[in-house]
Order: sequence, then C-alpha cells, then structure tokens
Amino acid sequence: MRFDTVIMGGGLAGMIAGIALQQAGKNTAIVSMGQNALHFFSGTFESLKEPDERLAALFSAAGIRVHYREGVRLMPLGTFKKAALSLEDIDIFPNAKIARRVLIVNFLGYHDFFSSFLAEGLEKHGIECRIRFLSLPDLDNTKAHGEMRSVQIARSMDRIWEKVVQEIRLMLRDEDTVVLPQVFGLSDTTVPGRIRQSLPARVVFAGTMPPSVPGIRTQIQLRRRYQLLGGTFLMGDEAIRAHEHEGVVHSIATNNLDAHYLEADSFILATGGLFSKGLRSNPFQISEPILGLDVDHPENRNNWYNPAFAEEQPYMGYGVKTDAQLHAVKEGVTLKNVYAIGSILGNTRPELGSGAGLAINSAFAVVDTLLAEK
Amino acid sequence: MKLQEYTTSAHNFEECMKCTVCTAYCPVLQVNPLYPGPKQAGPDGERLRLKDPYFFNYALKYCLNCKRCEVACPSGVKVADLIQSARIKYDTHPPKLRDQMLASTDFMGKLARPFAPIVNAVTDLGVTKKTLDMVLDIDHRRTFPKYSGRSFEGWLKRRSKEQAAFPEQVAYFHGCYVNYNYPQLGKDLVKVLNALGVGVQLLDDEKCCGIAMIANGMAREAAKHAQHNVDVLGKAVSRGLKVVTTSSTCTLTMRDEYPELLKVDNSAVRDSLLMATRFIYEKLEQGATLKFRADYHKKVAYHTPCHLEKLGWGVFSERLLRMIPGVEFTMLASNCCGMSGTYGFKKENYEASQAIGAPLFEQIKAVNPDVVACDCETCKWQIEMSTGYPVMNPISILAEALE
Ligand SMILES: Cc1cc2nc3c(=O)[nH]c(=O)nc-3n(C[C@H](O)[C@H](O)[C@H](O)COP(=O)(O)OP(=O)(O)OC[C@H]3O[C@@H](n4cnc5c(N)ncnc54)[C@H](O)[C@@H]3O)c2cc1C
Ligand code: SF4
Ligand code: SF4
Repeated sequence: MRFDTVIMGGGLAGMIAGIALQQAGKNTAIVSMGQNALHFFSGTFESLKEPDERLAALFSAAGIRVHYREGVRLMPLGTFKKAALSLEDIDIFPNAKIARRVLIVNFLGYHDFFSSFLAEGLEKHGIECRIRFLSLPDLDNTKAHGEMRSVQIARSMDRIWEKVVQEIRLMLRDEDTVVLPQVFGLSDTTVPGRIRQSLPARVVFAGTMPPSVPGIRTQIQLRRRYQLLGGTFLMGDEAIRAHEHEGVVHSIATNNLDAHYLEADSFILATGGLFSKGLRSNPFQISEPILGLDVDHPENRNNWYNPAFAEEQPYMGYGVKTDAQLHAVKEGVTLKNVYAIGSILGNTRPELGSGAGLAINSAFAVVDTLLAEK
Repeated sequence: MKLQEYTTSAHNFEECMKCTVCTAYCPVLQVNPLYPGPKQAGPDGERLRLKDPYFFNYALKYCLNCKRCEVACPSGVKVADLIQSARIKYDTHPPKLRDQMLASTDFMGKLARPFAPIVNAVTDLGVTKKTLDMVLDIDHRRTFPKYSGRSFEGWLKRRSKEQAAFPEQVAYFHGCYVNYNYPQLGKDLVKVLNALGVGVQLLDDEKCCGIAMIANGMAREAAKHAQHNVDVLGKAVSRGLKVVTTSSTCTLTMRDEYPELLKVDNSAVRDSLLMATRFIYEKLEQGATLKFRADYHKKVAYHTPCHLEKLGWGVFSERLLRMIPGVEFTMLASNCCGMSGTYGFKKENYEASQAIGAPLFEQIKAVNPDVVACDCETCKWQIEMSTGYPVMNPISILAEALE
C-alpha cells in the first residue's frame, strides 16, 4: 500500500502531523502499536502558552477547546504548578489562594482520586476544606467486582451528571468552590461546562490517576478528525522494520501486514520514549528498535540514572539524534526522508520545548519541511 | 548477563506496567458488574494464578475474547490470550449442554441442513424461543441464523470443472456460516474472484475453525479441529495455493489462536491464509482490474469487527469499498457490537450484549445508510436484529457492484 507519508506512532505528535498533512491534501497512514501518553495526560500542554493561529485552528476543527493565561494550576496531590496551555476543563488561577472554603467531592469506592491530599495541600494556603463522598446506585455496578476506574465512572457520568449536580447542591453549605475528579465529558464534551453553570459555587476539576478522561477524550477527537480527513489509522499494529537503501527508506514492514509493506515518499517516527517503547533499553544500551537510529546517551550505564530515585533521572531525557530539520541519523549518516518528532527526541532539541509542546512543535516543523519540498 | 533475554513470559505478561489503559477499552467491564476487567483478569490475575491455581476466578468466562484490550495495550501484553489460556488451563467445569450445542457449529449445521425449512420455521416460533430460553438458557429475544437447504460445498463441487479452467487458483476456507447458513456469500466471492481470473477450489474437508469451542470450554475438541485444519490447509499450500476466507473470526482463530491458545503449530500455513479482501486488494494493486456497474449507488457504513481490528486488516475492506464508484462511504467509530460469537445468545449475557453494542447501533441509525458493511457473520446477526438495517459482507457488495 502506498502513501505520501507513513507515520509510525499514533500519539499526540503523530496525530498532529497526520492531521496537518491530510489538511494539506497529502495521503497518509498512521501505524500505532498501542495507545499513547495522552491516556496519562493532565490536560495541560507543557511548555506551550497561547496557541498560534494554526494550532488554534487545528484544535478548534477537532472540537478541542483550550485556554491560557498567566497563573497557576492545581495538581492531583494538592500542589500548584505554573500554568501552561490547557484544555478548557482545567482551571488557571492567578495564585494558589483559589478559594476561601472548598467542598471536595469524591465517589464512594473510587480510590484513584486523592481527596485528602488535595485538602492538605489547599489548607496550606489557608483554604478550609470539607470532603464528602457521593454514593450513587448507578455506580454500584462498577464497584461490585470489577475495577472502578475513571473511564467507567465517566461513561456513567455522561448520562447521569445531573444527578450528581443535585446531590452536590444538597451537600453544599457555605463553600464558594467545589472540587470534583476529572471524570466528566468523555463523549459529551459539553458536560463539564454545564456542571459549572448548574452549581452556585465555582467548580474545579482535579486530576485522577490514569486513565485520564480529558486525555482520552482528546485522543478520540484527534483520531476522529484525522480519519474524517481521510487518513488511514492502523491501530494496534507495530512497525517492525524499515527497508532502506543509501540513506532513503522505501517502505516499512508491520507486524499485522507482514509481507504487505507500507511504502511512502517520507516517513515520520513518532513512537514516543522509553515509556511507549519508541526507545528500548537493556543493561548495555538504549536503542531505537525500528530503524536502529543513533540514540544520544552516555556509554557508561552508571551515568544513565540518579540513585536518588525521586530526583530527575538522566535517562528520561535521552532521545534519537537528528539534524536541525529533524532528519533521523543512523550510524552517523542522515536519513534523507525519515524525520523524528515528539518524545522520541527526548531533550535533544530544547528549542522545541518539552512534553506536549515538543510533540506539537516538532510535528509542525516536520510538516513544514515536507510541504516545502517541491 | 543473559538474564533479560531469558525472562520473556507467556503472552508477554511481565511487560504489563499497570497503566490501566486496557480497562478503558474493555466493553464488558463497562456493563457487567461481575467481570473483573482485562487488567485484573489478565496480567494481575496471572501473577496470582502462577502462585496458586486457587486464585482462578470463574468470572473470567464473561470475557468476550474481543481482543480490544490487546489492541489498546501500549506494552504488547496479550491480555485476552492470558485470560483465555487461564480458562483453558484452570476451568474444570464441564460445559453445559447449551454451550456444547452453541459451540458445535458444523455438527449442528449438518444436522439442521436437510430440515432447513422446518428448523428455520421452528426456531422462529415464539414457543420454540420460549422453550429454548427456559430449557437451555438461550435468550428468547434472539433471532436465529437461518439454515440454508443446500450447502455451499455442494454448490461449488458441481462447478469444480468450470472453476478449474481459470488460469489462477485459490482454495477457499468457507467456514460453517457460509456452508450452512449463507451460501450466497460464498457464491459472491466466487463471482468476484472469477472476474479477476481466479478459480476457487474447496479445501479437502475443512472443519469448523473451533472458536466457539474455545469460548465454551471445549479446548480439547478445538485443538483436534485445529490440527485437522492445519493439515488440510497444508495440503493446499503445498500445491502452491493461497487460502482465502470471508470470516474475520475464522481467520484470526486459525492464524493466531491455534498457536497461542491451542498450541497447534501453524507456521507452515499461516502466511498463506488471507482474508479474501486482502487477496483481492493485492491483486488489484498488482494491476488486475474490476469493472463496476455505472448505475450502482449505495450509501455504505462500514463496521470493523473486533477480530478484524485485531488482525489489522480492516484497511483492505475499507479501501475496496471506497474504490467502488457508486459507493458513498462512512467509517463507523470503533465499537464492539456485543455479540461476539455465541456470547450474545446466552440468556445471562443478553442485556450486557445489547448495552455493549448500543453506541454502534445509535451511530448506524444516525448515519442512516442503505447497508452496513461488515466482515463478520455474528456482527451481522446482532446489527440486523438491533437496528433493522441490512448488513452485507464487503465481498457481497463488490459482487453486487460488478458489471
Ligand atoms: C505518564 C506520562 C504522562 C505525561 N503527561 C503529560 C502531560 O500531562 N502534559 C504534557 O505536556 N506532557 C505529558 N507527557 C509527555 C508526553 O510524552 C507528551 O505530552 C506527548 O503526549 C508525547 O506524544 P508522542 O506522540 O511523542 O508519544 P506517545 O504519546 O508516547 O505515542 C507514541 C505512540 O507510538 C506507539 N509506538 C511505539 N512503538 C511503535 C512501533 N514500533 N510501531 C508503531 N507504533 C509504535 C506507541 O504505542 C504510542 O501509541 C507525559 C508522558 C508520560 C509518559
Ligand atoms: S495489560 Fe497493557 S494496558 Fe493493561 S495495564 Fe498492563 S500494560 Fe497497561
Ligand atoms: S478480550 Fe475483550 S472482553 Fe476480554 S478482557 Fe479484553 S477487552 Fe475485555
């Protein structure tokens, strides 16, 4: 099967590149081994501020609503961090004194939302907190034997969020703010906004343990947009090998399509970092498994990590080597039609930012290069 | 330091990083309070089961084996294989009569075919449905697949000379459904392949792929079928033939479940076994052409069956359908229909089965197509019963659109 561009990895970076190329009239495919880091997404696009025009247009066409201003945001364990570009359901506050009194509401039996840590954190800023648990018959199902995870609750909430609002109205005393877990608006994206309008207090949605509901929603919206533009999404398939001749890759082989190769003029590697298996490691080396690209890391394994576990770990920053245009490099030679984007770059290109900012900026940079070619 | 090379585990279970992604994609976890979900039933449970089989949980039977957890897992854990292997290894309950009947699709087919009109009339009767419901726990709200009076095998045998005259040949694994319930699909395939200059042969006595047996606690019987089929496929392959199929589930079973779950080595035939859609697409890519009717027009909504999604070959069906000039194509969002073979027939699963499929049914109604396209026979029953829209295999749509 032949395409203009084949993208390996269907995370944020791969999907942004895919959408931008399809929009420009290119014919692309995305091959993705599994789901991606958006499933752990906080809702904040690290290292980005106001979106530029084209990112704003891309998000808006996909139905993703974002906002930014200077300030701080509330983290799942009750601490605060500097704000960055965020999904609309993530609040940005001028400072950490976000309220006078807060009612924190959790669901009975749901262990992935840390209400007491949140209370402790908020109390440090002189905010009075009260924690209440909601028990809804509609959720008893989820509790019985299976796992009660954010997504299961969110699926019910798309239907019964109004009941939750009623219950919270009864619970509210003199609190000016309600903190709820991020389990709203998985398929019906208007729900968080409607909850905000229906309560007489400010509503703040705080992060849960994965899976991330706002993240999965974003992933669904991007994938839908990509497919609507005619992109071919090969979900659950793994790129295993590239066929290269004199610095040019002609096709890749995948696990599911075995001898049916995916051919293209250019290839984008967006397979993520160690976490997503875009990079692999063993006691001797850190490698890139599909093309065998050069990975930027020290020889001596003792330098890969910091024995103080909680400190920043050097291996988190490792990535594949590229030239300034993000062409991938193999055994010192630049591959002419292979580009690397997203977290597989590690922090080899600090000028492009970090986290989701890196994914998006590097994706657009490569799309520009590809579209500028003849 | 060979340590890491030697610690690969069955079904990759040690690769699990406990990220919970699979729990977001399991259709059963959402609707059935008794099911522990892919993570607990799969890699988490496996750690305990390896210590002591006491930890085997009979609720694992609620797993549909739809493989959606595997498609989603970022770490390559074969979650569904872990669950099904555990059922095979630890479930000592003999299957119920009903489950044995539902599992024995080719046996039931042979039995029912000569009496097809009677069987069809009888299984349609309210009384029969109530009785099946009461005696066998087969849900009375189900419509039964119809049995055809004449088998596909008989039809093709009568045409073997004419087929042998084509310059190129393939073998066709038709499966129970085409043989007993819906020979028309097989005939449609023959029409399309003939139009490409390819003649179709039967295999030398194929048996049911065995998926329903695996699902219903009859792994030993399934393994016998598997060995038989691998031998039969081997004969065709050694004559230089490719073997095509029209059922995504039979294909996934023979390619992947045989070695992974039933421990039957299929390496000699695996690469020669293809969905017909892939075979046809590849022929067209190599330069063959099909001539389509100028007056053909159909609004088609395509549903990718779970097992085809796992195979990763939905793209061939999609591309073929988009290629037909008069087809207005919509890709339906990825969602399990809830039927999963014999699962939805069982009374205890009816409600769950319908709840799982609900988003798909709603989307189909919203798109309002002329026909839903889908490569799976059990999805067809479920979607037709639940939405009222007709469902056709992409091969049948191709055949209909041919000049
Ligand atoms: C747990 C976690 C939480 C994070 N939270 C945030 C956050 O809140 N905000 C933020 O800004 N950043 C966050 N990040 C950083 C994150 O990496 C980026 O934001 C961004 O989402 C990365 O996108 P990506 O497309 O580069 O990679 P990924 O999202 O990792 O996607 C890579 C994809 O490639 C696939 N893949 C891998 N190998 C192959 C192969 N051989 N063939 C085919 N497909 C393959 C993977 O299955 C995966 O789907 C987080 C990272 C992690 C690990
Ligand atoms: S099986 Fe896969 S998706 Fe599920 S928790 Fe483990 S690593 Fe995550
Ligand atoms: S195979 Fe399907 S039903 Fe079974 S655990 Fe996986 S996702 Fe759930």
